[in-house]
Amino acid sequence: MAASRGRWVLLIVLLCVSARAVDRSNFKTCEQSAFCKRQKELKPGQSPYRALLDTLELSDSRITLQLINDNNKVRLLLELYRLQGNMTRVKINELKPLKPRYEVPDVLISDPFTETLSVVSQDENSLVLSLGGKDQRLIVSAQPFRLDIVEGPQVLVSLNSRGLLAFEHLRARKDTISHKISSTVGSMWDSLKSIFSSKSELEQVTEQENVEQRTDEDGQIKEEEDKPGMWEETFKSHTDSKPNGPSSISLDFSLPGVEHVYGIPEHADTLKLKNTDGSDPYRLYNLDVFQYELHNPMALYGAVPVLISHSTDRTMGIFWLNAAETWVDISSNTAGKMMFGKILDFVQVSSEAPQTDVRWISESGIIDVFIMLGPKPADVFTQYASLTGTQSFPPLTALAYHQCRWNYNDQEDVKSVDQGFDEHDIPYDFIWLDIEHADGKRYFTWDPSKFPQPKEMLQGLMDKRRKLVAIVDPHIRVDSGYKIHNEILSKNFYVKNKDGGDYEGWCWPGNSGYPDFTNPEMRAWWASKFAYEQYEGSMENQYVWNDMNEPSVFNGPEVTMHKDALHGGWEHRDVHNLYGLYVQKATADGLVERSGGVERPFVLTRAFFAGSQRYGAVWTGDNAAEWGHLKISIPMCLSLGLAGISFCGADVGGFFKHPSAELLVRWYQAGAYQPFFRAHAHIDTPRREPWLFGPENTALIREAIRQRYALLPYWYQLFYNAHRTGYPVMRPLWVEYPDDVATFSIEDEYLIGKDLLVHPVTDEGATAVTAYLPGKGEVWYDVHTFQKHDGEQSLYIPVTMSSIPVFQRGGSIICRKDRVRRSSSCMENDPYTLYAALNSQGSAEGELYIDDFHTFNFEKAKQFVHRHLSFSANTLSSRNLAPDSQFSTASWIEKIVIIGGSQPSSATLKNADGTESALEFEFDSTLAVLTLRKPGVNAAADWTVILR
Amino acid sequence: MTCVHLLLTLVFAVSLGTPVEIQRPRGVPLTKKQFYVENKPFTCLDGSRAIPFDRVNDDYCDCKDGSDEPGTAACPNGSFHCTNAGYRPMFIPSSRINDGICDCCDTTDEYNSGAKCENTCKELGRKEREVLQKMAEITKEGFLLKQHLIEEAKKGQQEKKSKVTDMQGNKKQLDEKVEVLRTVKETAEQPEKEAKERHLKAWEEQKAAIRLEKDKAKMAEAFLFLTDDEDGLLSLCISVSVSELQSHAELDADADGTLTETEAQGLMGGAEQVDTSTFESVWPNIKDKYHSESQPEEPAPVETPPDEVKEPVVVNDSEPYPEDDISEEEDEDDEDEDDYHEDDDKAPPTIKAPEKSHEDEEAMPPYDADTQALIDAAQKARDDFEEAEKALREMDDQIRNIEKELSFDFGPDAEFTYLYSQCYELTTSEYIYRLCPFNRISQKPKYGGSETNLGTWGSWSGPENNKYLLMKYEHGTGCWQGPNRSTTVKLTCGKETVVTSTSEPSRCEYLMEFTTPAVCQEPANTDLSPHDHEEL
Repeated sequence: MAASRGRWVLLIVLLCVSARAVDRSNFKTCEQSAFCKRQKELKPGQSPYRALLDTLELSDSRITLQLINDNNKVRLLLELYRLQGNMTRVKINELKPLKPRYEVPDVLISDPFTETLSVVSQDENSLVLSLGGKDQRLIVSAQPFRLDIVEGPQVLVSLNSRGLLAFEHLRARKDTISHKISSTVGSMWDSLKSIFSSKSELEQVTEQENVEQRTDEDGQIKEEEDKPGMWEETFKSHTDSKPNGPSSISLDFSLPGVEHVYGIPEHADTLKLKNTDGSDPYRLYNLDVFQYELHNPMALYGAVPVLISHSTDRTMGIFWLNAAETWVDISSNTAGKMMFGKILDFVQVSSEAPQTDVRWISESGIIDVFIMLGPKPADVFTQYASLTGTQSFPPLTALAYHQCRWNYNDQEDVKSVDQGFDEHDIPYDFIWLDIEHADGKRYFTWDPSKFPQPKEMLQGLMDKRRKLVAIVDPHIRVDSGYKIHNEILSKNFYVKNKDGGDYEGWCWPGNSGYPDFTNPEMRAWWASKFAYEQYEGSMENQYVWNDMNEPSVFNGPEVTMHKDALHGGWEHRDVHNLYGLYVQKATADGLVERSGGVERPFVLTRAFFAGSQRYGAVWTGDNAAEWGHLKISIPMCLSLGLAGISFCGADVGGFFKHPSAELLVRWYQAGAYQPFFRAHAHIDTPRREPWLFGPENTALIREAIRQRYALLPYWYQLFYNAHRTGYPVMRPLWVEYPDDVATFSIEDEYLIGKDLLVHPVTDEGATAVTAYLPGKGEVWYDVHTFQKHDGEQSLYIPVTMSSIPVFQRGGSIICRKDRVRRSSSCMENDPYTLYAALNSQGSAEGELYIDDFHTFNFEKAKQFVHRHLSFSANTLSSRNLAPDSQFSTASWIEKIVIIGGSQPSSATLKNADGTESALEFEFDSTLAVLTLRKPGVNAAADWTVILR
Repeated sequence: MTCVHLLLTLVFAVSLGTPVEIQRPRGVPLTKKQFYVENKPFTCLDGSRAIPFDRVNDDYCDCKDGSDEPGTAACPNGSFHCTNAGYRPMFIPSSRINDGICDCCDTTDEYNSGAKCENTCKELGRKEREVLQKMAEITKEGFLLKQHLIEEAKKGQQEKKSKVTDMQGNKKQLDEKVEVLRTVKETAEQPEKEAKERHLKAWEEQKAAIRLEKDKAKMAEAFLFLTDDEDGLLSLCISVSVSELQSHAELDADADGTLTETEAQGLMGGAEQVDTSTFESVWPNIKDKYHSESQPEEPAPVETPPDEVKEPVVVNDSEPYPEDDISEEEDEDDEDEDDYHEDDDKAPPTIKAPEKSHEDEEAMPPYDADTQALIDAAQKARDDFEEAEKALREMDDQIRNIEKELSFDFGPDAEFTYLYSQCYELTTSEYIYRLCPFNRISQKPKYGGSETNLGTWGSWSGPENNKYLLMKYEHGTGCWQGPNRSTTVKLTCGKETVVTSTSEPSRCEYLMEFTTPAVCQEPANTDLSPHDHEEL
């Protein structure tokens, strides 16, 4: 209990002095990361790279060209692709690398479909390629090398226009080679042969060519000087052995006319990315940051290398597919400074226009970048989804409320918390168990004294139609009495250290091994461990949470794995940001498999990468019970949504520290309107179940959670659409109002879908908020009072503790289930109420999506209902959006509320079979709200209501 | 779902053996039956509106107060009544109607959900009766025990009170006795003192003569020593300077550890330098303290109390005490925050036992017989006085202890008195918990390790109507990055006085369950049959 735990925590602290303290100095700055420092020393200027136009090779799907660095004569291979859906892919690798460089697998859902890239014109210094419609051209300038994508007279994006393309070619280590060999090529080769004698013939040939390549042209090898940190780097007490030497890459992008860029989660920072001149670049390197600070560019738990640019003219995206440590520099500039050569033939240069310059720097791998050309926000989402896939469609229950704590102590505790919710009539779907539930932090097991009968506990929850999540972390206790460890050991599935032994590090269980999740066989084995007969005590209402999958290594450099650890043939350096994605993927696969492919999985992850949206939900990690953390949860989740990950939430109440009752209530109110809605608390904090703060606060929290449950049909439909299209569920205002500059930096309010605008109260002691209601000619209705407000105004809204300012867009129809029950499953067959909020034209439309709420049958067997609801000219009708699908639901329409209309003299319901019946109604003339009583039609049926 | 949900329930309840058939809308308790009259418009119970009777339980919420839908889940604020014949009737929120979960033991809440519920009312009723029976027995016996406890406590209290009174009387006598003995002692000590002084004086005089000779020799040696340094001008300038004296910190007058220039000058009669002739006048100032550098450090004189030994007069490089002493003290200061260092070896401060002084080589001659007799008499008076004083102190302590005990709130009838100065243990898989009521609670690992204080007695903290149901123990050992440990003890009626369970619902906040007859209430009545009647 407390004493032993206290001692244990103390032990951990002592063991990893650098690891678990609030300290910025535990994490590298760019200056402390050798490759970043080297790269940053390169300043904008004339690029040493030259495109060798005579090496042009053109095929149906791509063109290739060689680039040469005139300083060191190293050649690169440039590949250009035109991809379906208005995207351009640019790949740059060494023409003949000393050994292969890492190309990120398993992130793209398939090889992207290409379209023909045709040469429009060519001269001695340039090449003009057609990207298809609308005069889109890709211009390759040879010397200095640069790429420009233009549309008519507009430059959309330029690559290497600031000359920051830098490619550290792989090289032989000087201290092992140059001292031993003569300077002549012949003897150098002899020496090389002896050094690489173990390699195959084929590779030797490659290497020979490689050497030749570097000595051709003027016949001189341009040996570059070694710089500090190229072959070894020490941070704090950790040394990175860097056996492969320097390998970093960099490329700059200029976005003329752009002042707003977003994305590249995860950072605890503003929605609109900041200019990083004079500060560190934004860092993407999955790290377990203890008590993270707000508003800085430090790396956090996850990384999605996707940047979205937006202006009133165009929305675009840059997807930098690289899983190594990455830094992103953002600076403002003025367009036109770097225009010259061929592109002047195309563009009108205005030196007044704003411009944003972005530079990406990664430690290893290749340059593989997707330029998503938009032009609308929705197009960029579609484009990105076509590359990395869409949000997985969660079971409905996962969208409901989750009750978590480190830790619910034992079965008795779980039972009493479960009862507490019923006693206080508060709905919840999931109770969560953190690390203490397992036997000595051996995941897949249960503490025999605290959880002796897990099935009994799970059955108890199942009887209430509720669920449980148990944590399964990827660090495995090194313990010969632990089956999981023994199997991994015998299958040789652990990540290796630089010397080839099993990598070991400290984490919760003490000394731990880290399974190599990059290995597909390992992942398949891991997935099989979730089978009911393998995971003893588990049941179908038990789901999984993957924490610490950055991976977190308490005694590792920056609390993570050593970069020279080995995943098969690749270094951890190459795959780092991908590790967490693989953990979640393997776990989600396991949940699917255990149900025989029937059930949709639900897995929460802390670490993530591009593509993680396919495997479940993400939360913003170990935040704190502070108002600033409540506020930042909005931009953090919005940024994730822009980068494809819609299922995002922050720990309600804050993980560290003890929230005041006011903060807790406000956090519940905000969290109820964010995609992933889970309360969580650190083990050292006092208990904070919703009923522990007095009856008034209990009532406020109950009401917030009930609002969530009533809106579940809307959330579910949005997730269905996110799954189909990749559109974020939680959206910045500018996504829906891309021409309204006033919305571009807003991050204290947001849209759910396009129809609900939420401005949660996030200030202590607030008596009012000012919400911006966007859209000229748009009208917005307060969802609680039906009060009508015009768009394109800042609205001052007085608030009390019970206020959650939410507005429904005029022109929308939202379906709710107003009969809130103790869990979402209990509401399965309940009737819907339609809220039709009319726009200034007196019309509205919306959707209703229904399926079995938990299986893949919607996809595999087309078993779902998808209705289009529209109201215009006093007629409300429900039309089938998916005629080839089939599903029968017991749900019906109990009520229709039409907001902002006029009083009819009659209302008639027309059924599909032609029968008609009169509907009773009430009209509130002060608010212009018409309530139609009990249409009673089945939710899946065709029907029409006519008002006269 | 357009069908009308006006389903009437037929309730067969058993009362006094006569079956009675009652008709009312589903979910309506008997007490409200009169408001639901078939075929008459129904007025919402809040009076807000009237609706046709066929809209009662038609699965659409018409009344703001939910009263038109007692038997469906249509109203968010409705409630459903289940009769639960054989057990106890209850209301459930109407959101639990047809939600697939069996809430009413008579299954009436799940009439259209497909949930397979079994009527468990009889079983529950039986079990409840059993439990109540058992509880009643325990309460009854417990209450009897409590009466004994109260009696004993009252008796005990009375005894203690009279004991205190007695003791206070005795104390007065003792007080007087002490005063008398003090006078006797002081009277005996006066002649003793005078005789001793006489004896001492005689001896001093005898000794002075011998010492004078020795002193002269020593002065000559000291003068040479003090001047033999730095300049090497021994033969030319035989003098002692202020700075030379300053190197002898043992001459420090104010015992601040250093010999200041002013102090040194004082010793030298205000002169900066002295020569052999004037040194004779300086010598008496310094000779008592002067240490010859050629000799080993003189041990502290016998009569120096140990406290002063810590501040050695001589500045010396070799610390006389091990560093441990200091850290030891610090450890004790923050013992509360850190319970892991208990095992540290507590090295006792190594105070050097003072050796016998060389000065006493010529021991004082024994007292003469008269003097010795006076001394013996005085000693006896002293001993008698001290013994009496000690007895008085002990009696004071006893009185204080009893008064302290009497000052505790042992309940309205002193029924908790018996717990005082007792301890009760509970052994779990990991720990041994120890509750010493009105004192403290502790936790000790079963397999070795130091004890953790889970709180010392704070107060009764039960609800207003009976604060004696909870005890609060506070200010226990601090938690790492957390609050000080505290424990709430929940008291329930039982025949035995036992700790039945402990838990830590929140970090460092413990809950202990404790049974005692002292909280058993007088059994209200003997009728154990549950609430069958409420319904009819």
